[in-house]
Amino acid sequence: MSGVRVLVGTVKGAFILTADGKRDKWQVSGPHFPGWEIYHVKGSPVNPDRLYASQTSGWFGQVIQRSEDGGKTWEPAGNEFAYEGTPGTHQWYDGTQHPWEFARVWYLEPSPTDADAVYAGVEDAAIFRSTDCGQTWQEMPGLRSAKGHLWQPGAGGLCAHVILTDPSRPNRLFTAISAAGAFRSDDDGATWQPINKGLHSEWELPDPDADVGHCVHCITMHPSHPERLYMQKHWDVLRSDDGGDSWYEISGDLPTDFGFPIAVHAHDPDTVYVVPIKSDSEHYPPDARLRVYRSRTGGGEWEPLTKGLPQENCYVNVLRSALAVDALEPCGLYLGTTGGQVYASADEGNTWTPIVRDLPRVLSVEVQTLL
Amino acid sequence: MIRVMLPTHLQRLANASRETEIQLEGPATLGAVLDALEAQYPMLRGTIRDHRTKQRRPFIRFFACGEDWSHEPWEVQLPAEVVAGEEPLRIVGAMAGG
Repeated sequence: MSGVRVLVGTVKGAFILTADGKRDKWQVSGPHFPGWEIYHVKGSPVNPDRLYASQTSGWFGQVIQRSEDGGKTWEPAGNEFAYEGTPGTHQWYDGTQHPWEFARVWYLEPSPTDADAVYAGVEDAAIFRSTDCGQTWQEMPGLRSAKGHLWQPGAGGLCAHVILTDPSRPNRLFTAISAAGAFRSDDDGATWQPINKGLHSEWELPDPDADVGHCVHCITMHPSHPERLYMQKHWDVLRSDDGGDSWYEISGDLPTDFGFPIAVHAHDPDTVYVVPIKSDSEHYPPDARLRVYRSRTGGGEWEPLTKGLPQENCYVNVLRSALAVDALEPCGLYLGTTGGQVYASADEGNTWTPIVRDLPRVLSVEVQTLL
Repeated sequence: MIRVMLPTHLQRLANASRETEIQLEGPATLGAVLDALEAQYPMLRGTIRDHRTKQRRPFIRFFACGEDWSHEPWEVQLPAEVVAGEEPLRIVGAMAGG
C-alpha cells in the first residue's frame, strides 16, 4: 500500500512522520539526535530506505548521519568537509575579504541515479559530493570559481542551501546561494556558471541586474519538465522556461512577493506554491494569517489557500526548505513553521491539517512517497 | 588506563557511557589521550577538535583535577591523578548562551 514518510529537521532534533496513502492518520517518531540542530533530512530516490541527516551543533560541529532502514536506526557517516586547495576569500559583511570557513551542511541531495552518491550544500558556500554513501566527501571547487570572491553572506550565512538534480540529464546540477544567486553545472559539477539573467535586486545591489550577488531564497524544478524552474528570491517570485538561462517575474497578484520556500506540484508543472511573508524586516505572514498561495497558471495569478491554516494572530515563518510535495494522487503538501507546527494537505493545498503542533522550530521538511 | 568523561551529546553520538576508559602507551599527554579517544570512537573526529589543524573547537573545554586545561598545548603531560586513573579527564561543552 502506498504511503508517505515526512522527514522533519528542527533546531532540537529530527522527527519522522508516517502515514498511509490517505494521509489522515499519522505516526510520529523522534526526536532523533535530540538537542542537535538538524538542518536537513532526505532520502535516496534509488533506495528510499537510505536516509541522510545533517546534524550540527555550535559546540560539536558537523555530523552526517545515515540510516539504511528508513530512519529507524542511524549510524554516523563521514563529517570531514575540506575545501579543495587554498580556498581563498569571499566578501564579508563590511566589504572586506574573508577566508572561506566551513560551518555546516545546509542541504543533502541524494543522487537520483546512483544509490551510493549524495551531494551536500554547505556554509561557507560550496558543494561536496560523496560516492561512498557519505563516508568521504570531495568538494566540487568549480562552483567557487564562479565569481566566488564577490559572494557575500546573507543574514543566515553564506550558504549553498539547495541542490537540484535533473534525472534526465545526470550531468546537470543546480544550486542557489545566499547571497550570491543561482548557479548551474552541465558537466557533473566540474564547472559552474551563474544563471541570474532576469533577476532584479533594486534595493539590495548597487547594480540591480548584476551577474552574482542576488539573494535567492529557494529554487525548484519540475522533475518531468526539467527546463521549468521556479525561484523565490528575497523579493520577487520568478520562473525560467529554459533551464535557468533566463528568468522572468511571476509575482503577479501576490499580497507580497517576499518569502522563503517555493514548491511545484508533482503532476502539473504549471501549479506552483509559495508562502508570502510580510517583508524582509518582518518575517511573518501579512495580516497575521498564514496563507499558502497557489498558481494554476505557472505564476502571475495566485489564489490564497487558508482552510485549516491559522487565520488570526499568526506570526510564524516557513523557512526555505520547509515546504514539500508528495507524488501521490491527489498531490499532497507539507509545511513546517518556526512555531513548530507541521501542516499537511492531502488535496493539493485546498485543506490543511496539523500533523504536529508543538515541535521545536522547524528548519526543513521533506517527503518521501512510498509505493 | 585514563578515564575520560564525555558530554551527553558526544556520549550519544559515540554510543558510549558517560565515562570511558582509554589505554595509552607512551606519555599521557592531552593530545595522546584525544588521539586514542578518536581512534576508539572515530565518530568523535571533528567534534572536539578540527580534523586537520587539531585546533580545539571554541566551545569545548578540558577539565582535570579542578583545573582548566583547555588552553594547554597538546604536548602537556596530564596530572598524575589522571594518569593513575584516580581522576577523570573531563571533556565539557562550554557554557554559552543566556
